[in-house]
Amino acid sequence: MAELHLPWMELSVLIPVAGALIVARIRTAATARLTCLAVCGLTFVCAVGEWLDFASLKTFEAHDHGNLLDWLFQREFFIIDELNAPLLPLVALLCLLTALSTLRTKVQRFYFDFLLITEAILIATLSCRDPWALIVLLAAAPVPVWLELRARGRCPRVFLIHMGLCVLLMVLGQTLAQMGSLLAGGALLSIAALLRSGVVPLHCWMTDLFEKATFGTALLFVAPMTGAYAVMRLVFPIAPDWALQSIAIISLITAVYAGGMALVQHEARRFFCYLFLSHASLVLVGLELATPIGLTGALYVWLSIGLSLAGFGLALRCVESRTGRISLDQFHGLYEHMPTLASLFLLSGLASIGFPGTVGFIGAELLVEGAVGVYPVVGLAVVIAAALNGIAILKVYFRIFTGRPRPSTFPLHARIPEQIAVLVLAALVIGGGLHPQWGVHSRYHAAVELLRQRGRALVESQVHPLSPPRDREP
Amino acid sequence: MTLDSWFFVLGVSVVASPAVLLTVCGLTAIAPWRLSERGIARCTEAAVLTGLFAAMAILTLMLLTGRRYIPIELGNWVTLPQQQFHFEWKFVFDRLSVPFAILSFVLCGTVGAFTSRYLHREPGYNRFFVLYAVFLLGMIVSSLSGTIETLFFGWELVGLSSALLVAYFHERQNPVRNGLHVWAIYRIADAAFLIAALALHHLTGAGDFADLMGRGPWPEGRAAISESHAVFVGMLLLIAAAGKSALVPFSGWLPRAMEGPTPSSAIFYGALSVHLGAFLLLRVSPLLEVSAVLGVAVITLGLASAIFGTLAARVQTDIKSALAFASLTQVGIIVAEIGFGFRYLALIHIIGHACLRTLQLLRAPMLLQDYNTLENAIGQRLTHTTTAWSRVMPENVRCWIYRVAMERGYLDEILHHFVVRPFLAVFRWCDAKERRWTDLLSGGDSRESDSVKPHVTSLEEFV
Repeated sequence: MAELHLPWMELSVLIPVAGALIVARIRTAATARLTCLAVCGLTFVCAVGEWLDFASLKTFEAHDHGNLLDWLFQREFFIIDELNAPLLPLVALLCLLTALSTLRTKVQRFYFDFLLITEAILIATLSCRDPWALIVLLAAAPVPVWLELRARGRCPRVFLIHMGLCVLLMVLGQTLAQMGSLLAGGALLSIAALLRSGVVPLHCWMTDLFEKATFGTALLFVAPMTGAYAVMRLVFPIAPDWALQSIAIISLITAVYAGGMALVQHEARRFFCYLFLSHASLVLVGLELATPIGLTGALYVWLSIGLSLAGFGLALRCVESRTGRISLDQFHGLYEHMPTLASLFLLSGLASIGFPGTVGFIGAELLVEGAVGVYPVVGLAVVIAAALNGIAILKVYFRIFTGRPRPSTFPLHARIPEQIAVLVLAALVIGGGLHPQWGVHSRYHAAVELLRQRGRALVESQVHPLSPPRDREP
Repeated sequence: MTLDSWFFVLGVSVVASPAVLLTVCGLTAIAPWRLSERGIARCTEAAVLTGLFAAMAILTLMLLTGRRYIPIELGNWVTLPQQQFHFEWKFVFDRLSVPFAILSFVLCGTVGAFTSRYLHREPGYNRFFVLYAVFLLGMIVSSLSGTIETLFFGWELVGLSSALLVAYFHERQNPVRNGLHVWAIYRIADAAFLIAALALHHLTGAGDFADLMGRGPWPEGRAAISESHAVFVGMLLLIAAAGKSALVPFSGWLPRAMEGPTPSSAIFYGALSVHLGAFLLLRVSPLLEVSAVLGVAVITLGLASAIFGTLAARVQTDIKSALAFASLTQVGIIVAEIGFGFRYLALIHIIGHACLRTLQLLRAPMLLQDYNTLENAIGQRLTHTTTAWSRVMPENVRCWIYRVAMERGYLDEILHHFVVRPFLAVFRWCDAKERRWTDLLSGGDSRESDSVKPHVTSLEEFV
């Protein structure tokens, strides 16, 4: 296997860990914010370096240079391939922009050390291909969230019950899969991954999280879609087609259900949660189609949603940090106060539903094409979900930004760091929309390779049913 | 330069001019420095005139050379050759697209010039022109599209700009609610369009109109598709057209769209946007010929819309609503003409109607003065003569028709009562069940969002 020129992956994980230790010891909130920003920036540089380095190798997969952890544990933990290569900079960017767009007035209430720990866990999770290490990391990710909920005095029971069940199912599933019972193991792993992805009816933890945690924490916990990543690493290689397609149907139901639920919400965070859920379910639909076109669409939409809904969420968070929790039962008239945020809100919302000229357009086209190709009638639900989401987005835009302008004696416009975050995301959303060929080609290559690996693994599992496919890979 | 090179340069200019306008208006909207009103007006003039002259030059060259079909291929935007997935930028200049593009430029140019004075010193002047540029680009891309995907691209741009322009006066709630209503109908139409496009892709393996509707220049193509498939795809396209052109049962959005500023009402809902559905049917008219059922459905929908429009127009109490329903009457007749196969007649009807309606809507704010001038000129009040219908028809029937027309056919109420309300009720029920479930798991009240106050008077109170 090819090797990166520098230990980018370990650096991307260790820098935020070190940063978290430093930030935890800093008493001044403003200094903690600045340190966090520097650490996030450095991590982002490493993540981008890793992506560029990998792209220069022109291979499907590569392992990190040096491999301190691999050497210590004698296992190959961090492997970069075409699936996770763009996800790592995306996560690093999300963390950086979340820290950047945190207002100074809110720094006292935001946990920057937890953010850095979350970033380290997320990057490690998305770099990891070893099943047990992945399960451990997926089990570790809720810990900072739980600590934050506890520190904020909120009841974490709903979140913990679901996450605990998810970890239990993953451990049982992986154990069974390793013992050769691929069907039962795969089923438990699928349920665990679906639970983590918030598929109906196992989604209530997500709305509860958005209710109780800070917006930034909730956003970072769900936006990288680690549940979908778990599906790709744990379930996709071993599940037969019929099982994947059953998951796709459940995800499709979730997409439509969440789209409908987004329309009846009275509060902006809950609305965002359902909107995200609907889109994340569409990604799962594409992933489980197991066809080149559907998988390409899903992988592309994964990135486009990561960007667009992160932008949408950050815009919402910026508004919320000025006005408090946003009721959707009235018109707030905030356009005159914050036109830039309003523009980003609309732009990123439209990008998430695949509006022409934005990053989501081609991904959505591919996804719908793939879904209709496999299920000519049921696949149309993707279009219905997109239509519902589109209506919900404009409805909320109107509720927040239109209406009689509210009087304010202090300026509410976007601050410079927020404007930077807004412009970066807007540039990515529009740039990706105007020139999608490179991204689509890269995702198609990844999809074909993943399908090839899956085919090989399935054949091997039929020849040697008692040993799991992953262990036999050279 | 060869003739083909000229066609290429001119064709690109037609499409690029609104795209450049959108870039300029969009960038200046978010940049720290703003373009002045005069600057925006000049840019708009330049873009519209460039596009218009290029389109007219192409028309002249087509007439001189006798060529009826000029494809301009800008290459693949996205392609996956192994999967036969192509998104090609292909624009077509033919007897349908060139008149429609010229009409779009002429009317948009007129309205742009009118608006630069009408909205002078309005706070949303820049916003209007950003949306105007989106609309113009959408119209040009739609009318010149050579593939169904390109048409969808433009179709969506037109939909978004229309909805946001209805909500232009966004400090008032009614325009905003109406904008959302328009957007919701458009999303349904877009969904139907997308499904139809995908179905056509799967059935014919192509997204190019030349392959979908036969190789002959418009209107002489023949669609290579079975009757049953044509009915399925055609019905979806008919829903898409009905949503975009406000045909029955989606007519409710048309008078609501008049909440926008007069220039946008004139150009978008009275003249161009409302004809886009008819344009779609004209573009896929070879498909309609395959099935008699489809043709009958188109005619029925057109006539129903025309009858509804003419009844509703007669009882409106404000001029913009009356003109909106009068537009619907004509659009219904145009759709019926398409169903009957009179394609050139429909095209000419669209052009004539769009120009007349733009003029009427732009003059709408001066209606009372016009009446006054007229009455002064003839020296007496204008008289209203009773129609033959009113003498023949029993009074209770007339009252009933009046009531139905006054209530706009109860179309909005029917949609709301039988579609929207049950749909929302189901999801509200689900929301209540979710609340009980999370309350149970939490062992208490789980929703902090319930305490969010819906009514506040100032932002200080929020903070």
